[in-house]
Amino acid sequence: MVHLANKINIMKTILFVEDEFTLQKTLGEVLTKEGYQVISALDGEIGLRMAKEKKPDLILLDLILPKMNGFEVLKKIKEDEAIKDIPIIVLTNLEGMEDIQKALELGAATYLVKANYSLEEVLEKIKKTINE
Amino acid sequence: MVGASRFELELNPPKGLVLPLHYAPFIPILVELTLLVNFLVWYTNIIMIGKKILEQLNIIKQCRKYSLSVWQCPQFLFLIMGIIIIVSSLLTYAIGNRYIEDPLLVALIVIAVSIVLLIIAATITRSFETLAETNRMKSEFVSIVSHQLRSPLSNLKWVIELLMSGKVCPVAEKQTEYFRMLKENSKRMDELVSDLLTVSRIEQGRLPLQKEKTSFKDLVEKIIKETEILAKASNVEVEFNPADNLPDIIFDPSQLKLSVANLLENAIRYAKAKGNVKIGLKKKNSKLYFEIKDSGVGIPEKDQKYIFQRFFRSENAKKRQTEGSGLGLYIAKSIIEKSGGKIGFNSKENKGSTFWFTLPIK
Repeated sequence: MVHLANKINIMKTILFVEDEFTLQKTLGEVLTKEGYQVISALDGEIGLRMAKEKKPDLILLDLILPKMNGFEVLKKIKEDEAIKDIPIIVLTNLEGMEDIQKALELGAATYLVKANYSLEEVLEKIKKTINE
Repeated sequence: MVGASRFELELNPPKGLVLPLHYAPFIPILVELTLLVNFLVWYTNIIMIGKKILEQLNIIKQCRKYSLSVWQCPQFLFLIMGIIIIVSSLLTYAIGNRYIEDPLLVALIVIAVSIVLLIIAATITRSFETLAETNRMKSEFVSIVSHQLRSPLSNLKWVIELLMSGKVCPVAEKQTEYFRMLKENSKRMDELVSDLLTVSRIEQGRLPLQKEKTSFKDLVEKIIKETEILAKASNVEVEFNPADNLPDIIFDPSQLKLSVANLLENAIRYAKAKGNVKIGLKKKNSKLYFEIKDSGVGIPEKDQKYIFQRFFRSENAKKRQTEGSGLGLYIAKSIIEKSGGKIGFNSKENKGSTFWFTLPIK
């Protein structure tokens, strides 16, 4: 069973929409090591386009992004029939209650504030969400 | 028309300055007019201060902008002063009319008095507004800077974690220690930034309280568990003695947690070697009474009145602990007071301190 789960992991793709290069590299590397295929997008517009083209199994989304902010990306993904069922984890530094509520109302699966989670914990959440 | 004027002339023969006769009945109206002009000047002054009249007139909104109560708001002050000016102009008119016989002189005095009052009012209001604006900008600055610091700090934290995990390359034993130092320091910075953000939220009146039913006892137990490592490292024993059958309270658990954790961490940090911390929780006159008693260094008497001020750190605290921003108690006080509770302490240098707070049970 474990072997099979690992095999499925290899095929699973994660779209990582994040403008901070450091995070792209660190979290991207950890996820690749875990056997996921990681697609990087450095701004909201590319993120949305990638989501439509590649139809990933999970989207990691920052909220403060150039060109199109995370809320808009989230809204547009949820409006698109073809990709609206992809689970989205919001990974951001915004920790205002309004922001959290807004993102969850728009359909985010989980909301993680970067400062409050360690790399391991984030990884756990991603695994849990992608296997659901 | 002419007949009437002559009749009045016989009743009140003019002294001093002789006005054309038919002006006389209009003088009170003239004075009223100057009052009206005075009022208009007061109004245009508002336009001068803020470009949007409506926004300026919305006193409550303005006060929220400065996060001041209505009474302390410059706009409210200006409104009150406007009313004072009108009232005092009317008074001057009434008194002047009685004792000074020349109506023109009365009018001049009324105008002079109202102009002087207007200048005073405008000056005071302007300086108050500058003060409020400076304060607002300072809070906003702290908030922006803290937000900007947040992302590099969390990046740093994750990179260090990645390095420590050995997933990039194997870590030598000697490196581990330095990585741990890096991690600790980045955590400290992160906590400081969090505290600054909380303070700026408090100052801008944007600290949201998400009220929900909370078991205070469970919350305290959870916090004690989280500070276990710190307590062990400091060789301090933490005791918790809650009373039985405590009611739940309606409160924001995360904010309450912040206040209690700040108090407990202080008690542990400033405890003397082999110290102990006693935590009590009971019901007292329809309020929940919480106290933390430590056997620590205590607070010198001369520092006691400043202890809840922002960034204040007592001399003996600085000697013992280089860590600490001087924000914890300020935050705790703001949160407790905003929730309708009271906070206080007793302390003796070298004997220890007891910090307590009450919370209403609703």
